[in-house]
This record gives sequence, structure tokens and C-alpha cells, in this order.
Amino acid sequence: MDLKELYRDVILDHNRRPRNFGRLENAGADVRHADGHNPLCGDRLTVYVALNGERLEDIRFEGSGCAISTASASLMTEAVKGKERAAVRKLFDEVHTLLTRHDAEPGAALGKLAALAGVREFPVRVKCATLSWHTLNAALESGAATVSTE
Amino acid sequence: MAANVSLKSATPAYDAARVRRDFPILATLVNGHPLVYLDSAASAQRPLPVLRAVEDYETHSHANVHRGVHALSQAATSAFEGARERVRRFLNARSTREIIFVRGTTEAINLVAQAYGRPRFGPGDEILITALEHHANIVPWQMVCEQTGCTLKVAPINRRGELLYEEFAQLLSSRTRLVAVAHVSNALGTVLPVKRIVEAAHAHGAVVLIDGAQAVPHSRVDVRALGADFYAFSGHKLYAPTGIGVLYGREELLEAMPPWQGGGEMILTVSFEKTTYNGLPWKFEAGTPNISGAVGLAAAMDYLESLGLEAVAAHESRLLALATAELARLPGIELVGTAAHKAAVLSFTLAGVHAHDLGTILDAEGVAVRTGHHCAMPVMTFFGIPATARASFGCYNTEDDVARLVAALGKVREVFR
Repeated sequence: MDLKELYRDVILDHNRRPRNFGRLENAGADVRHADGHNPLCGDRLTVYVALNGERLEDIRFEGSGCAISTASASLMTEAVKGKERAAVRKLFDEVHTLLTRHDAEPGAALGKLAALAGVREFPVRVKCATLSWHTLNAALESGAATVSTE
Repeated sequence: MAANVSLKSATPAYDAARVRRDFPILATLVNGHPLVYLDSAASAQRPLPVLRAVEDYETHSHANVHRGVHALSQAATSAFEGARERVRRFLNARSTREIIFVRGTTEAINLVAQAYGRPRFGPGDEILITALEHHANIVPWQMVCEQTGCTLKVAPINRRGELLYEEFAQLLSSRTRLVAVAHVSNALGTVLPVKRIVEAAHAHGAVVLIDGAQAVPHSRVDVRALGADFYAFSGHKLYAPTGIGVLYGREELLEAMPPWQGGGEMILTVSFEKTTYNGLPWKFEAGTPNISGAVGLAAAMDYLESLGLEAVAAHESRLLALATAELARLPGIELVGTAAHKAAVLSFTLAGVHAHDLGTILDAEGVAVRTGHHCAMPVMTFFGIPATARASFGCYNTEDDVARLVAALGKVREVFR
């Protein structure tokens, strides 16, 4: 069990200085949000998205969580900003594979998200890393809902 | 000869190293490190006498209880009812009719909520709890409030995690029908003044349920001295198996309560026109009970009394004092719950590190602590934190365990440098 694999520098950096953190106010755009909750550890976050047609124009998140969930949310916002919804869904599938399949090699499309690969050696922490993605999905699909990891 | 006499008369030092040898699971290696088990408040481990008693029962004595004239059924019945008598002595209850076997504390509280509260309470009535309660001593009462229209009142705590007794007393009135309080807070370790609470509640005509899940492993509980109307606890926090627990209830209260669940065991006669119920305690034990669990619980009580409840409590107090002093010296550590009177529970946060990350890193070092809200989300909300790490001590913990915890916390700071 290698803690350095879990807490890579990229993860620690994004935990310390989360990118795109805060509420999203954008009067002109189709802004939606959803809340995510992991009752096991009390992690809570809200993901805000501003859509322009199929394009995810802007994204922010706020909340409190462990280093893995905060860094995963921060990395996610960087990775999906400006992408089409279909591309976001595809990226989610790749992240999910990375986190749950031990034989998965991080694809080039993942970029910095590949830093999450160490999480799969810690099965109880996988939900920390996927919380923000499920919440993003909920924001994109329904507009306002609460998703839970349980 | 003289030396022998003086050795005998001296208080024998508590030998935690010897106690450890009674717990086979403590020899486990976790991530390459010898296990340091600091999660007894969630569930304690089982000593060999408990494991053997359960195995012996399953190997030689098992059949259904109260069901047959054959030898094994009699052996099982005798083991099960013998366990009930063991529990009666442990709690100093008046009668085995007052000892109901249940799955655990949660089931015991739900039983009282549904069989005592639901038929009696209505609009205008109040149930009083404290801000320290475990969800198991909150939610069953909220359900009764929804079912009957009665109101839930919550007595506040201070920043040390102590009940504000004056505020509590002011919430008592003739409307108060039931007071439900923890004996020891699971999240913070605070010991509540339950005897005083019982006296004050009784002065207002309210009955009192005490959630003793965290108290029975750390102190001698005498339900008659406390004056408790109901007292609930779980076996698995007392070094016994999971799935067995006890509800103590004063006989006249239990007698007046309707059965909670229907089925076998709790009846005398059944016809399609009318069923008559069994007497206490079986009226509240529908279905085949957890016989081996009860046998294990009795063995755990024997074991704990062989160590000496007072000796165990004193040992745990020393560990708590040591751990409190050691952790207070570490930069960034904030203790959560600093009541003057505490049981062996140490809840804390580390600045800049979420409890969940802390738990993972401690686990990598072989140190098992609980992290999260400890099923006491209102307590976390009160302190404005999402979670804490909680180290809790049992009869088998040592000063070395405290040193390993401190060293592992150093590792956390190294990772989150």
C-alpha cells in the first residue's frame, strides 16, 4: 500500500488550491447545479455548470471534503471546461474505468486526471474520487438534485 | 514468605500485555504493521473465553430454546436463560423478567419508542434528548413524534461537549413524558450525569431511557442505583459478539407495555380468534433469539469481571490521559470534546487534513481509528466540522498503542507537508 501513489503531488496541490472553486453566477447562461453527498465521510459538494447548447461553458464547485474528493473535483473542472456534453460523458467513463479497473492504463485523453490512478488501490476511497463526477452528471441531466454515493 | 505477603497485599498492576494475549485478532498484521486497534467504541474485539463459549455452545448444546423436551433443547434453554441471569447480575437488576434480549442498543431504543412511547404519547407531550445523542437515540424518537404528534426537545451542550445541565433542567416540565440520554457520548466520550438526570426527570413524572452502549464497557452500571427506567446496550462493544444486546426495563413498565413484534416465543396461546401473550421477558422476544450471542455476552461479562471492571476503567483512564497529553502537544491537532468527565474516547481534527485522509494514512501504518461523523451528525454540526478522527481505548490497549498513534500522526503530517 503506497501512500505516495494515492497522495501524488498533483492531488495534494489541487487539494490545497482547488481550481474553479466557488459559486457560479452567470445571468446570461443556462446555469444548473446539483449537490453531492457521501454519507460515509460527510463529504458534501455542489457543482455548478453553465451550458451553451451542448457546450459546457463554465463550471465551478464548492463544498468540503477529503483531499481525494476535493482534488478530484478540482481536476474535473479543469478537464471538462469548454467540452461538449458527449465528450464529458466519454471522459467520465474513462475516469470510472481508471478508478475501478486494476488493469486499466490511463489513456492520453485523461491528462492530469491520470493522477487519480492510485485511488483504485484504496477501494473505500473510490467513492471520494467519483462523487464530483456523479454530481456533475446530475447537474447536466436534471438541473437540481442531490446525488449520494450510497 | 514475607515478600509473598507484601506482593499479595499490593494492588496488582494491570497487565495489559497479558490481556492482549486473550485477543487473537490483535496479532493481525495490517499493511505490514502489527495492528493497533483504537476503534473499540465502534466495536470491541472478542477474547478467547468468548470465542470458546460460543464455539462450545454451537458444538455441544445448540437447539431451539423453549421448544422441546429433548436434551439439546433443554441445554440451549438453560444456556440462554443462564445468560439472562448473568446479565441481571451484571446490571444489578431486580429480576430476569426485566432483561430483554435484543439485537443491540438500536433495537432496544426502537422497542421502547414503539411499545412505550407510541401508544402513550400525543400532541402536547414532549420527549427530551440531548445534543450529544447518537442517531439511534434521535431517529426512533423523531419517528414517534411523527406517529403521535408529540414534540422532540433537545438540551444543549457547551464547547467542551458537556451537557448544559441548567438548560436541560429548564426543558423538563409536566409535558415531558420521556427523557432519553446517552450515559457516555460515543462521538466525544463525555460522561453524562445520568443519576442527576434521572432524579430531575422523575420529579417531573417523566420516565428515563439511558443509552448505555458506550458506558457498560468502561464502568460498573447498577440500574437500580441509577434509578433508570430503561437501560440499553450492545454486546459487541462489551467484547461479545454482534447481534446481541440488552434492554433493561423496570418490570411494571414492561408489564404495562404491549408486545412490539408478534410471532413465536412471545405467545402463550394462539387461535384465529384470540392470542394471549407470553409473560416477561419473552413477551418482547418474538422469534428464535440469538442464543449463541447471549452465551457469548455472558462469557464476556465473566471475562470483564475477571479482569475487574474498576481495574479496566482505571487502565483506560490512564491511557486517555496519556493520549490527551501527547496529542495536545502535536501542532495542528484540535481535541473535540474536552469534558471534565470523559470515558476512553479521544475525538480530534488535524488542521488542513480531512479526517478521511487521516484515517487512510493511519491505516497504512496499521493504526485503526474511526473517522467520520460517528453517527452523531448534530454533534459535528454543533462544532462546525464535517468529521473527526476518533481513537477509543479498550481493556487491551497499551501505552505503546498511544505511541504508535502519535508516530502515525507524524506520518500524516509528512504526507500533507
